[in-house]
Amino acid sequence: MTATGIGASVRRKEDQRFITGKGRYVDDYNRPGQAYAYFLRSPHAHAEIRGIDKAAAAAMPGVVAILTGEDLAADKVGGLICGWMIHSKDGTPMKAGAHPALAQGKVRYVGDHVAVVIAETLAQAKDAAEAITVDYDLLPAVVETAKAAGASTVVHDVAPDNTVFNWHLGNQADVEAAFARAAHVTKLDIVNNRLVPNPIEPRAAVGEYDEAEEAFTLYTTSQNPHVARLVLSAFIGIAPENKLRVVAPDVGGGFGSKIFIYAEETVCVWAAKKVGRPVKWTSDRTEAFLCDAHGRDHVTHAELATDEGGKILALKVHTIANLGAYLSTFSSSVPTYLYAPLLSGQYNIPAIYCEVDGVYTNTAPVDAYRGAGRPEATFVIERLVEVAARELNQDPAKFRRKNYIKSFPHQTPVIMMYDGGDYSASLDKALEIADHKGFARRRRESARNGKLRGIGFSSYIEACGIAPSQAVGSLGAGVGLWESAEVRVNPTGSIEVLTGSHSHGQGHETTFAQLVSDRLGVPIESVTIVHGDTDKVQFGMGTYGSRSGAVGMSAIAKAIDKVVAKGRKVAAYALEAGEDDIEFKDGRFSVAGTDRSLAFGEVALQAYVAHKFSGAQLEPGLKEGAFYDPTNFTFPAGMHICELEVDPDTGVVTIEKFTAVDDFGNVINPMIVEGQVHGGIAQGVGQALFEGALYDSDGQLVTASFMDYRMPRAEDLPSFEVGMTVTPCPSNPLGIKGCGEAGAIAAPAAVMNALTDALGHESIAMPATPLAVWRAAQGSPHLRPEAAE
Amino acid sequence: MYAFAYHQPTSLKEAASLLAGEDAKIVAGGHTLIPTMKQRLAAPGTLIDLGKVPDLVGIERSPRSVTIGAMTTHGAVADSAEVREAIPALAELAALIGDPAVRHRGTIGGSVANNDPAADYPAACLALGATISTNKRKLTSEEYFTGLFETALEEGEIVTGVSFPIPHKAAYEKFRNPASRYALVGVFVAKRPSDIRVAVTGAGSNGVFRWTEAEEALGKRFAAKSLEGMSPSADGLNSDIHADAAYRAHLIGVMARRAVQKAADR
Repeated sequence: MTATGIGASVRRKEDQRFITGKGRYVDDYNRPGQAYAYFLRSPHAHAEIRGIDKAAAAAMPGVVAILTGEDLAADKVGGLICGWMIHSKDGTPMKAGAHPALAQGKVRYVGDHVAVVIAETLAQAKDAAEAITVDYDLLPAVVETAKAAGASTVVHDVAPDNTVFNWHLGNQADVEAAFARAAHVTKLDIVNNRLVPNPIEPRAAVGEYDEAEEAFTLYTTSQNPHVARLVLSAFIGIAPENKLRVVAPDVGGGFGSKIFIYAEETVCVWAAKKVGRPVKWTSDRTEAFLCDAHGRDHVTHAELATDEGGKILALKVHTIANLGAYLSTFSSSVPTYLYAPLLSGQYNIPAIYCEVDGVYTNTAPVDAYRGAGRPEATFVIERLVEVAARELNQDPAKFRRKNYIKSFPHQTPVIMMYDGGDYSASLDKALEIADHKGFARRRRESARNGKLRGIGFSSYIEACGIAPSQAVGSLGAGVGLWESAEVRVNPTGSIEVLTGSHSHGQGHETTFAQLVSDRLGVPIESVTIVHGDTDKVQFGMGTYGSRSGAVGMSAIAKAIDKVVAKGRKVAAYALEAGEDDIEFKDGRFSVAGTDRSLAFGEVALQAYVAHKFSGAQLEPGLKEGAFYDPTNFTFPAGMHICELEVDPDTGVVTIEKFTAVDDFGNVINPMIVEGQVHGGIAQGVGQALFEGALYDSDGQLVTASFMDYRMPRAEDLPSFEVGMTVTPCPSNPLGIKGCGEAGAIAAPAAVMNALTDALGHESIAMPATPLAVWRAAQGSPHLRPEAAE
Repeated sequence: MYAFAYHQPTSLKEAASLLAGEDAKIVAGGHTLIPTMKQRLAAPGTLIDLGKVPDLVGIERSPRSVTIGAMTTHGAVADSAEVREAIPALAELAALIGDPAVRHRGTIGGSVANNDPAADYPAACLALGATISTNKRKLTSEEYFTGLFETALEEGEIVTGVSFPIPHKAAYEKFRNPASRYALVGVFVAKRPSDIRVAVTGAGSNGVFRWTEAEEALGKRFAAKSLEGMSPSADGLNSDIHADAAYRAHLIGVMARRAVQKAADR
């Protein structure tokens, strides 16, 4: 391993500009003559729009234009789309309601887009928005996930019972047969709380139209600029792809929420041509709370069947998934194919059956959020397994070990073919790091201080690196999920790598450069990673689902192989040797068995001056591209252990220890990977103890600011104990599995298993706020032994 | 934010005369008013910034009291050696307000003038028996705090300082709102030369109040044990998504016992 190669904790190249305030985010882009957009949003969760009177507003100072859904319709601008087709069990396609970028006749959630005011200044746009009169005919709102199906209020006429789909996976007959012969059945009702993503940078967009070129540019906070361009072009109809450039520069976090193609970005680029001015919009935090796609929001009943010895026989799950008021870009895939195929967890479960009802409500759209479906699945299986062990009076760690999958490849009953892993190794290492043996003593000490201590496990598995394009295509995806790369070697030997991945905090400029430096033997400083601009980079699929290492870097590795192959040809001519005799090692091409060699940079120069070969013999230049389509999902897995203490007087929970042992396959930069684990755990702890988006019965978002929506803070978290086990991923050339979501997937179950262990009962849901924990502690058999009877 | 006129008077007199103008509002640290204006929830026509008025910043200690100028920041109170020595509970309270950015802009005058029912200072004022000085008069805390965001301040009246009598012992225990970090329940306990006071902020639907049953119990013996099993009635306490009235009532008991313990240990 070199100081900057694969496996080295290289400091992040991009941090210099980020921490000195020199990052360039979308809001830092200002175009000559730009005007400002402000969106008039619905204050009501559900209403017919009888009319919009914009006359007074249009006459206000500085107003450039006021546009509504009628203007979109007149210009034949298409609606926003959902790009993953789900079929119900009866074979009918999901019921997708129209999703215009500006409301057409009806608003369906608080924050829905009614009109856009474009003015010389933002203040003028806001002033004018206040002068618009909207005549609303109020309708009752349907808000609760479990009560949406069949409610008298109908969100979309195409789905008269508010049901988008009744989907299922697995074999129901096998499951029922297994339950019939089970010695024990564990049942749980689970709510997976709704979350607001809250990246530190809110969304923003600048739309621009170049009349001379008849071409548009959209600067936007996107995790996948090419997909944004494809959707804006092919479905929404803004412009042909060759006349639309999408730029996603520095982006300050996404967590999934910036995958989607939203109304505001669409309107800005469309309106730029309409008003003949660049149009800029920057979301404020309230808008982010109201309108960024939320995450999770499942209501589930699940049952686990076991035999006399505690071997798992079968699992059945029924989930209602709240998809909000409209189907966001990938919303339909999250509670279906990103969820149910992970329900087997790390366990050998012979039969699984899962039904999912997707429902509409008068709430913000729900889509992928860090983990996307996999945290929900992990929470179901890991809570069930923990409770089953408790009911059977078995040690939760031993119960898990008994049921782990131990030979690979392993075909689960729900699509996935696990290619490798060693779950007992992660468990052993985690138990040791967590000092599991000392827990009983620590628990007694806590009890002496009037505190309740608990320990909880989470054996998570996830499917990352999405994914083989053929596989996802057969499951309804509207796109392929390969990745692209181009490695451009300059005549002086410096290198630009153009990647279809997008970095919005993950550190690609460092890790990708490490790969290049390692493989080509060039200094890391000579490698520049280019991403996020459709005019520079070839079509790519972007970053989400922990795919940039496994898929994005595999594409780069493939392109590097091609560069080396071409380099050998060039070197053969330059060194006057046969190509078969050229070896490439440590950045030098040499003739085997001789001392004749050329550095990589010298070969690059030879490739461009082309003095040593003719055009008939070899093409000049050194630039290669590659597309990489994975052969399987990757399966990161591990064991997280949470140990916490409850103050029964106040309901305050203190996390005392948090141990994470992850198997991410090969690791490029351990420091960055550890950072990803830390951030993921923080978000997972946030879901378990703090965060919850709450709508009242009228559909008003009660938690619409940080005054009421509780984010995790540094002081809430202990110093994490992070360990790793490595089983290289067999399905990509780098052996990488992906690490971006693991913490958020594993932590909620670990925390809630620890909390219910401390309390001595299962009657508490996420988020376990101090109020909820204080109430739950009243019924704790550990405090009041009579309550156990 | 809407447009507004902005003044920086250089004397109290000038500030008061500007305040007589229509729709005028005083701004001190601005940590409540400015965010509200940014959200267009407040729209004063004129802002009068007290930042240039002399003699409003500073901490003075006399044998029996500590007097803090209205424009003194929470950070300055938290860090003041005089306050830490004379009334450590007051310095600790100031250190619990908001975050460092808030503490380095927010002021004691702004806090008591706004009288947010979840603010910390009102509990200290009421428990310590502070005197609120204005450009016109002096008011006891009982006279001054009159309800939710309500004070006895009259038109044109400006808070100039707060004077805290030095107690024998005091302590403040705060249970933070998990999201906003304002006081969900804050209990300030003061053992004064003449009496014992227990003031509660964050919980009352009419703002800061004294828990007299606790004061009586502590009058017999100043010890946490005297409050064992006690909590005030939940009637009249706030209820929201973070805490219902029953939980707040319970927390008042817990925080009061912890504050008494802390004070007794000093």
